Amino acid sequence: MSTTTTRGVAQPASAKASQARPRRGLRSNATLNFWLFTGPFLIGLVIFVFVPIGWSIWLSFFDARYTVTPSHFIGFDNYKQILTNSNFPESLLTFTVFAAFIVPTTWALSLGLALLVNQLRFMRAFFRSVFFLPTAVSYVAAALIWKMSIFSGVRFGLMNTVLGWFGVDNIAYLANPSPPWYWLVIVSLRLWIQAGFYMILFLAALQNIPAELYEAAAIDGAKRGWQTFRYITLPQLRATSTAVILLLLIAAYQAFDEFFNIIGTKATWAQTPLMELYKTALGTSQDYGAGSAGAVILSLLICIVTLAQGKIMGFGRGEEVK
Amino acid sequence: MSAMSNSNWSRRSIFRAAAGMAAAGTLAACGGNNGRGGGSGSGTNLVQYFHAYGEAGTEQAIKRYAKAYSKADVTTNWITGSNFEAKLFSSLLTKQAPDVFEFHPQLQLVKSGQVADLSDIIDPVKDDFNPADIKSHTVDGKVYGIRMIDDPQFFYYRKSMLEKAKVEVPTTLDELLEAAAKLTTSKVKGAYLGNDFTAVQNPIIWSAGADTLDANNQIAYHTDGVVEGLKKLRQLFTSGHVLLDAPTDFWDPSSLNQGLCAIQWGGMWSMPAMQKALGDDLGVFPFPSIGGSGKQSVYNGGWSMFVNAKSENLEAAKAYVKWLWIDQKKYQEDWALSYGFHIPPRSSIAAEATKLKSGLPAEGVKLFTDYGHFDNIGFDQTMLTAFGDVIANSVRKNGNPEAALDACDKKVSVELKKLFG
Repeated sequence: MSTTTTRGVAQPASAKASQARPRRGLRSNATLNFWLFTGPFLIGLVIFVFVPIGWSIWLSFFDARYTVTPSHFIGFDNYKQILTNSNFPESLLTFTVFAAFIVPTTWALSLGLALLVNQLRFMRAFFRSVFFLPTAVSYVAAALIWKMSIFSGVRFGLMNTVLGWFGVDNIAYLANPSPPWYWLVIVSLRLWIQAGFYMILFLAALQNIPAELYEAAAIDGAKRGWQTFRYITLPQLRATSTAVILLLLIAAYQAFDEFFNIIGTKATWAQTPLMELYKTALGTSQDYGAGSAGAVILSLLICIVTLAQGKIMGFGRGEEVK
Repeated sequence: MSAMSNSNWSRRSIFRAAAGMAAAGTLAACGGNNGRGGGSGSGTNLVQYFHAYGEAGTEQAIKRYAKAYSKADVTTNWITGSNFEAKLFSSLLTKQAPDVFEFHPQLQLVKSGQVADLSDIIDPVKDDFNPADIKSHTVDGKVYGIRMIDDPQFFYYRKSMLEKAKVEVPTTLDELLEAAAKLTTSKVKGAYLGNDFTAVQNPIIWSAGADTLDANNQIAYHTDGVVEGLKKLRQLFTSGHVLLDAPTDFWDPSSLNQGLCAIQWGGMWSMPAMQKALGDDLGVFPFPSIGGSGKQSVYNGGWSMFVNAKSENLEAAKAYVKWLWIDQKKYQEDWALSYGFHIPPRSSIAAEATKLKSGLPAEGVKLFTDYGHFDNIGFDQTMLTAFGDVIANSVRKNGNPEAALDACDKKVSVELKKLFG
């Protein structure tokens, strides 16, 4: 850039050309840089995402037991099998109910935490870190802690020890599905690990709301608290809320790690759709055709739910007012 | 200018080098971490897959045997966690598949051409193997795996606790229910059958006088006796007299050793650890009989070696398996008896196993002989999972056992049709 400037000063006649050259160079460099930095990721995306998706769709129409390169076309038989002769539909139903509960709960908790932390005058960074840190814990590690230490069914499990102080007998939280204490274990873990992350998103959005809005509202006589939250804060968080709910919905349907490690595959309840597909394709049957059919159905379902949610909440239209 | 030029050239060079390294790194990552060794030895590299055994020293032992083999470099993938099956099955479809792996006899592995026929290496010593082990690995007269260890599973109990509660060793499922109730105290549960009860799913079938499949490979588990057994197990499950949600499952001796229960389902592999913790205060008994036509049973589990039929080093893999699991009797004996007790499947090794000749180990061997049932190669993983769902739905979830078995029948019938036509 400095070279160009010097040339321009020394040789005015060629100034036009020299002005154009750096722009072409810049564009060229920008294009090169774009491909340089995004190229490897795009290649990875194609190889590790698009090709498997395509392959999976192809497999779903073939008899693909014990092979991923089948030759026997069977039409929609795999779809029929996975929808009628497996536990997959039940898992979809269970996780629709699970999503209906966990999404608003996590949304409310993370928003509540964000509001609390935003109100703090001192130690805000400390509390922000405290609530965010669980996000860094792996689901597997957390699941094992929840299962073996906190909610172990024996007398020295943390919860049973505390309950024992009040004369309550040991509870088997996970082996016995009735009453369904296992939801307490899973939901508490998911809230603990997820809420901090979404709190940070809300916190960022909260800090973007112009103070003038609150000042104007105060001048107009709005009461602080519920009234300003209802009519200023919440509408201003619309875009963030939509994104958070979208992410939470997808995460609910894609649940695997903590369910796999807490409930296991030997139960017929609380089996996530991904666990059912894992069992069908990889675990015992090695039925890659039926597993792929299930994956296609699940992907379509997530797309439909996401689009419906976007339509209802106006994703992409609800830009926060600056 | 020249300096500038050099600088530009240098920047481009750096970009190119960086891009090159990134591409190389990506490619390396694609093919990396496959468990194969560097090929420093004879030039032939073999990979074997083992699930993680709980007994101390097992991993080192397997690696020691492999290192002693001079005709190939054998790398061991010791797969921890509970998803050995998933890792094995998925890898068998790829070029990173193991050449040699341990598993249980499964017809679908044979039908899909995933395991090699090992008849030629086992035929000369076939008569030295337990005939039931040979039968459970045979399809159309060909033997597809070599048994490494037989692992009978039965109940362990604390003699002192039964004496104190004035309880006799149960021989029927009703007696087990009564015993569990009498043995339960504020700190100790009467019995432990594993956290999800699936460890006893086959013994329920056999103890009720039924079988998984009959001689014609048709469903044989759906009987009144099995239904009665499922109902009784439901009673036991909800009685409050069984240990549930223990930190470790049935395969680990900790629950009995730590005094969490008086009776525990387990495998013979746990015997040395239990004897070390409890001394002589230990007894064994088979799964009790169910109903009038039932008979006590013991599940003879175990692990076998298989050779990947699609291995690029098929002959080398077979040669290694022959060397280790047929020729090297000292390693086979070490593997069966030095890290938890297992019954050597070869009669000549079992006959010389002094550790199994007296005391509790001898009792375990007697249960194996008198009440043992072996894997049916036709009752595959899909069918086992389907029957596992029966346990989940009718024992743990209070579903109707008949309805649960009907649902299982549907899945098993589909599978039988796929396997046998």
